[in-house]
Amino acid sequence: MTRHQKEIIIKNVFLIFSLISIFILGLIVVFLFREGIPLFKEVSLRDFIFGMEWYPTYSPPSYGIWPLIVGSLIVTVFSSLIAVPLGVLSAVYISEIAPPAIKEVLKAIIELLAGLPSVVLGFFGMVIVAPWLQATFDLPTGLNIVNASVILAIMAVPTISSISEDALYAVPNEFKEASYALGATKFETIARIIIPSALSGISTAVILGMARAIGETMVVLMVAGGAAALPESIFDSVRPMPASIAAEMGEAPFRSGHYHALFATAIVLFLMTLAFNLIADYISQKFKEVGSATL
Amino acid sequence: MPAILGTLYLTIGAITVALPLGVVAAIYLTEYAKQGKIVRAIRVGVNCLAGVPSVVFGLFGLGFFVVFLNFGSSILAGALTLGILILPTIIGASEEALKGVPQTFREASLALGVSKWLTIWKIVLPSALPGILTGSILGIGRAAGETAPIMFTAAAFFTAKLPGSIFDEVMALPYHVYVLATAGTHIEQTRPIQFGTVLVLVALVLGIDLIAIIIRSYMRRKKRW
Repeated sequence: MTRHQKEIIIKNVFLIFSLISIFILGLIVVFLFREGIPLFKEVSLRDFIFGMEWYPTYSPPSYGIWPLIVGSLIVTVFSSLIAVPLGVLSAVYISEIAPPAIKEVLKAIIELLAGLPSVVLGFFGMVIVAPWLQATFDLPTGLNIVNASVILAIMAVPTISSISEDALYAVPNEFKEASYALGATKFETIARIIIPSALSGISTAVILGMARAIGETMVVLMVAGGAAALPESIFDSVRPMPASIAAEMGEAPFRSGHYHALFATAIVLFLMTLAFNLIADYISQKFKEVGSATL
Repeated sequence: MPAILGTLYLTIGAITVALPLGVVAAIYLTEYAKQGKIVRAIRVGVNCLAGVPSVVFGLFGLGFFVVFLNFGSSILAGALTLGILILPTIIGASEEALKGVPQTFREASLALGVSKWLTIWKIVLPSALPGILTGSILGIGRAAGETAPIMFTAAAFFTAKLPGSIFDEVMALPYHVYVLATAGTHIEQTRPIQFGTVLVLVALVLGIDLIAIIIRSYMRRKKRW
């Protein structure tokens, strides 16, 4: 065997290993559908997605996941409202304003925050935030949308902040220098030059942060309250999709309608996060080449 | 203690699955691949895999490893599920580390007539090792703290005996926290135990992460190029 042939073989072996992640993604899809599709012999797709009632254990059971979808969307939107300003502003501070020493410390802290296990944050929300909310606002329960959104925001901030920071860092120095040379203040430079140039990266960060929030399980399972009904106020309990799956999978009899319904819910969840990710990927790909040479 | 051990077993299992796969994929992406459709597809695939919710990994683990491959609820199934979960983290970190190796290193080696594979093995990989290590440690931290994927695939709330083989169920810290906090009959009375378990878990995970961060800043300072 010549050296050249050997190199080609090695290259192809490496290629095969790289394809494994796509293969796994495919497997995930196949198995979710394999276990989820049988549900639609019992319920139509329309009743499943827009059905208002989620009573999987009743007889006859009803599998409408609309309240669960709404629950997921609500906590995601509210947590983004909290996490996006926090994450983006802290990224701006870290990359543009902070002196190097503070920058290093802040980056390490954000990284540690990202590493905090979700079950720990969930526990924190349950034991500390929930009683406080309940006492302060005089509510029947502290496990509600507000609580879940706050905790999810804590989880999403590190994602948003670190990706935004990369985007801000990538803005060419010439831009800043040109702006300063025209007499702009630091704030004007940040607000009018740096942030607009980094906008595609920042939007990617926001979308990925939202994807993280919508797919997060333990937090919503522990602090969202678990009421499978459309909420009327932000202090109501909701039951987002991941919470429902995690809570009920243990009890659902194997290959029953309930079991298939939970897999079908996972398909919906999977497709939603997949869409988020593809959009983020598309944005970062499309606006990638905005360097000093192209402008 | 059984819960700590269970977490360790699962984590070690996950890293043995994910590390070789992740590093090899990263080598392909940085060293061999030319920009093209396949590479683009792999990158999108990795990104999407990174974004899959952990509970979906759990269901996949249940459907594939536990039911389809008939592993049952076991360390093996849990470790494989966690391994897939941290694969994108490791690919991403290894890629960054490999990209950080200066192009001149490769050129020097190739100019001496060394084959491409040997260049990667003897020159590029050793230089990138600290970065790869950091990435893997962060991956370990993530695997140790995840709950949802192991709920259906590996975890038992209480098993008196330590696992004897990789096909046994184990206790795991994160799941233990969850059950203690939500399902106990005397939730108020067991609060101290809950806080204690949470503390152990946080100390474990943050300790792992901290080690990674310290190694990295140390390596950055020591860099020879």
